[in-house]
Amino acid sequence: MPGFKIDHIQYKKNNLKVEFSADTLEKVEKIIARYPAECRKSALLPVLHIAQEEFGGYLSVDVMDYVAVILGIQYIEVYEVATFYSQFYLEKTGKYVIEVCRTGPCAICGGEKISEYLQKKLKISDGETTSDGLFTLREVECLGACGYAPAMQINTEFYEHLTVDKIDTILDLLTKNTNTEKPEGSRWTDKFF
Amino acid sequence: MDRQILLEHIAVPGIETFDVFRSKGGYNAVAKVLKELSSEDVVAEIKKSGLRGRGGAGFPTGLKWSFIDKKSSKPKYLVCNADESEPGTFKDRYLMEHLPHQLIEGMIVSSYALGVNTAYIYVRGEFKYIIGILNKALRETYSNGFLGNNILGTGYNLDIHVHPGAGAYICGEETALLESLEGKRGNPRIKPPFPASKGLYDSPTVVNNVETLAVVGPIINMGGEKYASIGLGKSSGTKLISACGNINKPGVFEIEMGLPVEEFIYSQKYCGGISNNKKMKAVIPGGSSVPILPANLILKTAKGIPRLLTYESLSEGGFETGTMLGSGGFIVYDEDTCIVRNTWNLTRFYHHESCGQCSPCREGTGWMEKVLHRIETGEGRSHDMDLLVSIASKIEGNTICPLGDAAAWPVASAIRHFRNEFEFHVAHPEIVKIKDHGSIEKYT
Ligand SMILES: Cc1cc2nc3c(=O)[nH]c(=O)nc-3n(C[C@H](O)[C@H](O)[C@H](O)COP(=O)(O)O)c2cc1C
Ligand code: SF4
Ligand code: FES
Repeated sequence: MPGFKIDHIQYKKNNLKVEFSADTLEKVEKIIARYPAECRKSALLPVLHIAQEEFGGYLSVDVMDYVAVILGIQYIEVYEVATFYSQFYLEKTGKYVIEVCRTGPCAICGGEKISEYLQKKLKISDGETTSDGLFTLREVECLGACGYAPAMQINTEFYEHLTVDKIDTILDLLTKNTNTEKPEGSRWTDKFF
Repeated sequence: MDRQILLEHIAVPGIETFDVFRSKGGYNAVAKVLKELSSEDVVAEIKKSGLRGRGGAGFPTGLKWSFIDKKSSKPKYLVCNADESEPGTFKDRYLMEHLPHQLIEGMIVSSYALGVNTAYIYVRGEFKYIIGILNKALRETYSNGFLGNNILGTGYNLDIHVHPGAGAYICGEETALLESLEGKRGNPRIKPPFPASKGLYDSPTVVNNVETLAVVGPIINMGGEKYASIGLGKSSGTKLISACGNINKPGVFEIEMGLPVEEFIYSQKYCGGISNNKKMKAVIPGGSSVPILPANLILKTAKGIPRLLTYESLSEGGFETGTMLGSGGFIVYDEDTCIVRNTWNLTRFYHHESCGQCSPCREGTGWMEKVLHRIETGEGRSHDMDLLVSIASKIEGNTICPLGDAAAWPVASAIRHFRNEFEFHVAHPEIVKIKDHGSIEKYT
């Protein structure tokens, strides 16, 4: 189960007007068309990914309700999915979500130190966001990059064979918003749908 | 033992594009089956090849295909399992990144064999860049007339779509994957019914691993019999092994089944030996779910016979002294590794990834994590090892899906082979309270 905090958080509906742009809506319609007509719900995961990207990097109650309406399903069907998968965020995140792998193969290849360094450098712990709203740090399970350990992911990009120096470079580039130059060994895509 | 079937053309520049892949004989298998073979012929060829599923369970692929309910009036589906999240496993990602067309070719042939007109590739949500690569490759395949309606003028129609997951290891279990593809939480289904009769949208469905599907094209080209002659006995063909951990050359290697484990670990062609000239302590050869073996037992069976990379040789000795080939996620640990810390780490993984449907798995994984954590941090109690063995045995076999077993086996095997390390932890809290205590061997 994803380690989100359910304890005392009240997820509130603000009745904000949420709407995809015309372009996005067209993209969403194309995705829905990949599944049989009576199975629109199948598009839920891809559409939630798109919604999260379009509406500020997380899924508010208003956004989830909007997605439910688009797919013709109950609100609860969206909530239960959004709370199950670790890549859906229910609270506001930083512009860059750093997901650093903590699982066995990375851990024995220096992953624990990388995670500690990130916490020290950003002055936040697991699950927190920097005060400038730039970075959220999350420890995650195996990213399927164990042979290139230690590994982490920032938004849709993979960074591998991490060292302290490399972290400095990556965070520097992102802070200066010049992340069009990717450090060697990173993998990313601009368009995935 | 140098045979390359899947990765034969990996070094050819541009092999990820349709044109280059085609110039190397890619998609010949599609042309061949659509024009010359019936769907039954294709299934028969795969049966002859002896191909076994590469996702972990090693179930014979031809047999699985023959279970699909052909008489059903519902549409049939093929789903490619590209959820790859088992710690130590990264071969499917490598295949999709470098040879996306090898997978697509295999999916077209397989779909034809199964009477499928719509197929999905379920890719773990973290692999967004892979989704980009696959979609680009699919567009090329469509525009070259190998996908869509009336493929190569034969009247056969097929669409392949990529579907993203969103971060959940359990969605690699095939029925959880189908639930997820239907837009639900990834809760595994109770079986039977099996997907072959009631799968996606209650329709007959086959779920296969990326590597399994990718090798279907080459098998059709060389013939099932030829493929069966490669490898060793019931472990026919080649296998991708993703090697990681404390070795000199981590990466993905295609090996012919039957390669000795020792050669795989120490040869410069493969892992290149243990890094920093250290000694090898232990290996988990098939992804984190299979039992860990100490160095002596991974190199040779209890009877002293060299261990080979085959399904049979790795499981020789059962769970007492053997392990499993699993997904081929080969994790090597050097002499500095703390087995307790590693076991705790992997148990935390299973606890985190349990879907929570069955109490033995949901509660048991959390309980084991807690006990392992207290042993590792110097708070262990003398009967904790027996407690762990007992919890593991109560999870095993008592759950809806094999994640429960997958969580139990690493703990049971670590205690079986490294009990002295656990006992040392309990006896010497002052040492293990030091966070980076590493292997306890240096203190004994
Ligand atoms: C917890 C769990 C996770 C799994 N993860 C994967 C996976 O990531 N990829 C995969 O191909 N099979 C995975 N499997 C195995 C699948 O359930 C299924 O057996 C496999 O996809 C069948 O394909 P194959 O016959 O080609 O091996 C997993 C099984 C379990 C129990
Ligand atoms: S064994 Fe674990 S993961 Fe599998 S269905 Fe039961 S609770 Fe879920
Ligand atoms: S353990 Fe870190 S990517 Fe697999």
